Amino acid sequence: MSFPWAKPYEPTHPLMKWMDEKLPIPRLVYNATGPGYPVPRNLNYFWNFGVLAGAALMIQIITGIVLAMHYAANASVAFNSVEHIMRDVNAGWFIRYAHMNGASMFFIVVYLHIFRGLYYGSYKAPREMVWLLGVVIFLLMMATAFMGYVLPWGQMSFWGAQVITGFFSAIPIVGEPVREWLLGGFVPDNATLNRFFSLHYLLPFVILGVIILHIWALHIPGSSNPTGIEVKDEQDTVPFHPYYTAKDGFGVGIFLLIFVALTFFSPNALGHADNYIPANSLSTPAHIVPEWYFLPFYAILKAFTFNFLWIDAKLWGVIAMFGSIALLFFLPWLDSSPIKSSNYRPLYRIFFWILVVDVLLLGWCGMQPAEQPWVILSQLGAIYYFAHFLVILPIVSRIERPLPMPNSITEAVLAKHATDTASASATA
Amino acid sequence: MVRPLGFLVGLGFITALVLAIFTTPLSNEANVAHEFHKHPRHLKLASDGIVLPHWDKAQLQRGMQVYKEVCSACHSLHLVAFRDIADLGYTEGQIKTFAKGFQVPSINPDTGEPATRDGLSSDYFPSPYANETAARAANNNALPPDLSLITKAREGGKDYVYSLLTGFQNPPKNLPAELKPGTGLHYNPYFANLNLAMAPPLAPNQVTYADGTKATVDQMSKDVTAFLVWTAEPKLIKRIQVGYAVFFFLLIFTVLTYLSYRNIWADKKH
Repeated sequence: MSFPWAKPYEPTHPLMKWMDEKLPIPRLVYNATGPGYPVPRNLNYFWNFGVLAGAALMIQIITGIVLAMHYAANASVAFNSVEHIMRDVNAGWFIRYAHMNGASMFFIVVYLHIFRGLYYGSYKAPREMVWLLGVVIFLLMMATAFMGYVLPWGQMSFWGAQVITGFFSAIPIVGEPVREWLLGGFVPDNATLNRFFSLHYLLPFVILGVIILHIWALHIPGSSNPTGIEVKDEQDTVPFHPYYTAKDGFGVGIFLLIFVALTFFSPNALGHADNYIPANSLSTPAHIVPEWYFLPFYAILKAFTFNFLWIDAKLWGVIAMFGSIALLFFLPWLDSSPIKSSNYRPLYRIFFWILVVDVLLLGWCGMQPAEQPWVILSQLGAIYYFAHFLVILPIVSRIERPLPMPNSITEAVLAKHATDTASASATA
Repeated sequence: MVRPLGFLVGLGFITALVLAIFTTPLSNEANVAHEFHKHPRHLKLASDGIVLPHWDKAQLQRGMQVYKEVCSACHSLHLVAFRDIADLGYTEGQIKTFAKGFQVPSINPDTGEPATRDGLSSDYFPSPYANETAARAANNNALPPDLSLITKAREGGKDYVYSLLTGFQNPPKNLPAELKPGTGLHYNPYFANLNLAMAPPLAPNQVTYADGTKATVDQMSKDVTAFLVWTAEPKLIKRIQVGYAVFFFLLIFTVLTYLSYRNIWADKKH
């Protein structure tokens, strides 16, 4: 499971020896996140985001459990119980705002983690399983976040639930019964709120389980690195502890600073005013907009406005929206280039950055009403999104001529230091 | 196998989108109301921002007076309890007296019949109407919203509330007929569809301030908006203060983690 030069776990204290024979948890920790796990020495700050996502999940679980002690999942009192938390529960306003903004922080971190993977080819062999499990986690996160947003039972909660469960009614014949089965009624109501609360409490622990698999699968080949060259010998690696525990500690500090600034100084910046109005099934908000982290997918949904090939526009939109995430499952086989890191892929790198801009554009369009120019921009954005993964990527990986690559991680590191020193002495 | 299939699926999505582009009109339907709609005017309050915000207690007290004497005729404030107004600088005795001035729904302890009693500190501001039907019946079928969260529940927040209160005016001459206020409606360019069921609520000197502040419409609007910022988030100032403490604690933590990171990596090129 690890490199042959990994430092073996040798307990010296009698208690630790005793423990190691009975239940070798210290051995597991030592070999997974301690000195017994060699990691490439050249990881940059983009490799912090896995740990940060784990930290974000833990914050969500802890704040969420406390919120559940005061929240009441009943349609007639849910809204007021959240305000009770905000006003009367000791530090309730902090717990609630931390949970609310913690969701946003979790998504920011996970999006950066995903784009890191796309840039450095982390989805490629031998790490396909790590990527697949990551996409599963992403899907679970989206389901969890959606159901969590319904719980305060404000106007956006209610109408968001109405719109998102409405996707299922686009499916021919079975769609409407499926929607009613999911909601437990014809419109979101008490039955919906109760099951969403139950599932919202359950899914984070499912995510935790899949994260354990994600890390397990990662630890078999070991971490990737910015050169994309696999580890060859001991000098390519450093022990996880203390090297990366220290670096991740610093990353966690920066993460918490941003999180705290958002939570304490601008807690409603990423939310929507309408969610401070209690849910009302008789009054539709002027613009129903999902939370920011769903906006690119919402734009793809809305981009399809034409009935094509016996499939009506709404169903196209729903298929495309789920398809835009589902295609990530096939990514390791869509990209046939053996070169992982975009640093050595001059052509792919251009399309990668276009994709980044495209997703940001889609997010911006998702926020806008269904008016021009936003409709055409989201249509163009959606075209590029699908073209990138399904057309451009397979072609690019076939025709691209990669840049010359170093022979090993150490060679790359030493070459970088040589040029740094040279340019430093040149300027001096 | 994945690549040719993916290519076909991709072509399907792209064709559907290209056809969608060519069948969607490029011009928007004209929305005349947009031309007359105005963005809210900015209202500066002591509780704004993150640089030493505080509650202007005198202003909040004046604002509560406006709410009590004017707004509360139609608008409830059901998330705020009398005990909460201690934040505004009232003593326990003053709060008890204030609460006693309200009649709250109760039951007669002898007969169990619905009754009312004097308010207690632990009671919430009573609603002016028994239920939504009664509220609509008294207001030309419009429902006056609860004001507890109003400055958080509207785009534009406090600026919007302040602008709306001071924004009543005669409709402009070039206003198309279909946008003219109908019976029982009042023109206000800060309101989304320009015509509001609420009549202009404030008139000069409608309240008499105990501290001698001149009760202009603008002053009363500012005061009541400041009060509604407090009702929407009574913990706002506390939140900023705690935020500073947490932020600086974490700043020191982060500097220390950075130094230990540099120290540990000092001998390793990476």
